[in-house]
Amino acid sequence: MSLGYLLRRVGMFLLVVWVAASINFVIPRLARGDPIQAQFAQLETLGIRTSGMDQVVAAYKKRLGLDRPMVEQYFSYLWNVARFDFGPSITYFPADIGRLIVQRLPWTIGLLTASTIIAFIVGNLLGALLGWPGSSRWVKWLVPVLMPLSAIPYYLLGLILIFTFAFTFKLFPLGGAYSTGAKIELAPAFTLDILYHSILPALSIVLSVTGFWMLGMRGMMVTNMGEDYMIMAEAKGLSPMRIFLRYAMRNAMLPQVTGLALTFGGIIAGSVLVEVIFDYPGMGWILWYAIRATDYFLIQGIVFVLVVSVALAMLVLDLLYPFVDRRIVYVRR
Amino acid sequence: MSAASAAPATTESRSPETWSRRREWISYGRRNPTLVAGLTIITVIVVFGLLAPLIIDQDATRTTAFSKDLPPSLDHPLGTDSFGRDMLALIVVGTPQTVKIGLIAGFMALIIGSTLGFIQGFYRGPIGTSVRGVTDVTLTIPALLILITVASQVRQVTVESMAIIIALLAWPGTTRAIGSQVLSMRERAFVPIARFNGMSGMEIIFKELMPNMLPYLGASFVAAVSTAILFAIGLEVLGLGPQTTNTLGMTIYWSQLHSAVIRGLWWWWLSPMVVIVTLFIGLFLISHGLDELANPRLRRRV
Repeated sequence: MSLGYLLRRVGMFLLVVWVAASINFVIPRLARGDPIQAQFAQLETLGIRTSGMDQVVAAYKKRLGLDRPMVEQYFSYLWNVARFDFGPSITYFPADIGRLIVQRLPWTIGLLTASTIIAFIVGNLLGALLGWPGSSRWVKWLVPVLMPLSAIPYYLLGLILIFTFAFTFKLFPLGGAYSTGAKIELAPAFTLDILYHSILPALSIVLSVTGFWMLGMRGMMVTNMGEDYMIMAEAKGLSPMRIFLRYAMRNAMLPQVTGLALTFGGIIAGSVLVEVIFDYPGMGWILWYAIRATDYFLIQGIVFVLVVSVALAMLVLDLLYPFVDRRIVYVRR
Repeated sequence: MSAASAAPATTESRSPETWSRRREWISYGRRNPTLVAGLTIITVIVVFGLLAPLIIDQDATRTTAFSKDLPPSLDHPLGTDSFGRDMLALIVVGTPQTVKIGLIAGFMALIIGSTLGFIQGFYRGPIGTSVRGVTDVTLTIPALLILITVASQVRQVTVESMAIIIALLAWPGTTRAIGSQVLSMRERAFVPIARFNGMSGMEIIFKELMPNMLPYLGASFVAAVSTAILFAIGLEVLGLGPQTTNTLGMTIYWSQLHSAVIRGLWWWWLSPMVVIVTLFIGLFLISHGLDELANPRLRRRV
């Protein structure tokens, strides 16, 4: 990997973060003159008045410094964002928005990472089997089963799963990340409790994403079948298992890894809604809470952290890619 | 399909040519059942959305029109919700609204996306590079999240304003799809030949590339409509949708807010969901069918 590629890729990451931060700065100022007054006027018309509202207003006045010139406001805003300092929350005043987000982030990362990896592996395996001439006939039935599932948004699938498995058959909890009253500790019982609660939300993501990977993988396998190295492998008398895993699948997987980076944003956005449906205490849950309470600064903070997470995940995947695909050599053109 | 249906209706005026074209369409439909199935589903939904409001009494969507939480019966085929509204009437009113959001936003996204896609695919140099850069950055930022920021600031959205906001963020996918197709097409032999014949860049785009791109443009439009509906429902489920319009997504939002799932009021959330899922499957099948039309190499290899 050349230094130039690394720099270009990191530069792209910083650009995305900067654009996201600037959008957060510009949008409230486009809408109305005074962002603080507008926010609080809105809260008042909705009949929401948290205790010590004047304190919040004062804190934000000082923080945003609206009497200063726009450019100065912008740079002090960027400096705050760079330190992940989003100021105090309106509804949880004086709790810090950054702290609120950090408390929620592990739940979302855990749920998302696990379900994305499971869906990626299962989907690619099934897709590879579908595109492999030697696999049995029943595999073909997967297409009409999983294809409609990939067309349904995850959160709607989640509703069906809750209704069937949690409400009707009472096999799983209706929502939440752990049993109410459970002690939060690093104990096997609590870990099992968390796993038990995460099965349905994870399943709703896995079920709909698997079909997407499966279809892509099938296409790649079919394209790879006619390649010279496949014929060569067969001519050498390698076992079908070895050809399948090391020759066909390994090469067909590569574009899928790039695809993973591209779809990551969509997966995060979808899982935010899954958390709302399942009452799962991650980023999506607190976002929903913030929207209902019109805590605009909290919404901004959450959106910004999520955008940065997506950009960071894409950066890491891109930097790892040359190690997965050894044919790729990044040279300066 | 339009070529066949646009033919004169009277029997005697049908030339043999029309007949052979019609047969061609039918035989193509046989080879591409995905496309036919998708078009059928969407046609049924659109016809339902256009005709049903004429039959169903729209007053049934007023709150407290009926008793609350009634399960499906002969009077209320899909039951009533916790506001005492008739579910069937809500679906009838909501389906065209949701389709409308998808069509407005999808069409705008197609216009923006394909313009930028043609620019970034066709023009080398600073213009192409800068458009590509903007697209890459926008693709990295999850559009739904930015939509949440915008919608929470606007608050009082209508179906139309929501569609426009969505369109402003739904184009990068279209741009990438069209851009990569144009990029591969400009390398084909007919482009330099057109250049040697003295055609300008614009002429090549409209006279040479555009006709070849039609199936891709169609597929991109369908994909954009489906993305737009997905975004719209996402915003609505979060409570950022048009509060006073009964779109399908808003119906799900209200059912969610009133814990319909754990109260066992399955007809409240299941009815809009069935329509939404059917809509998505129909759009998905059409875009797959169009892919097959555009890229015959994919056809029936497995």
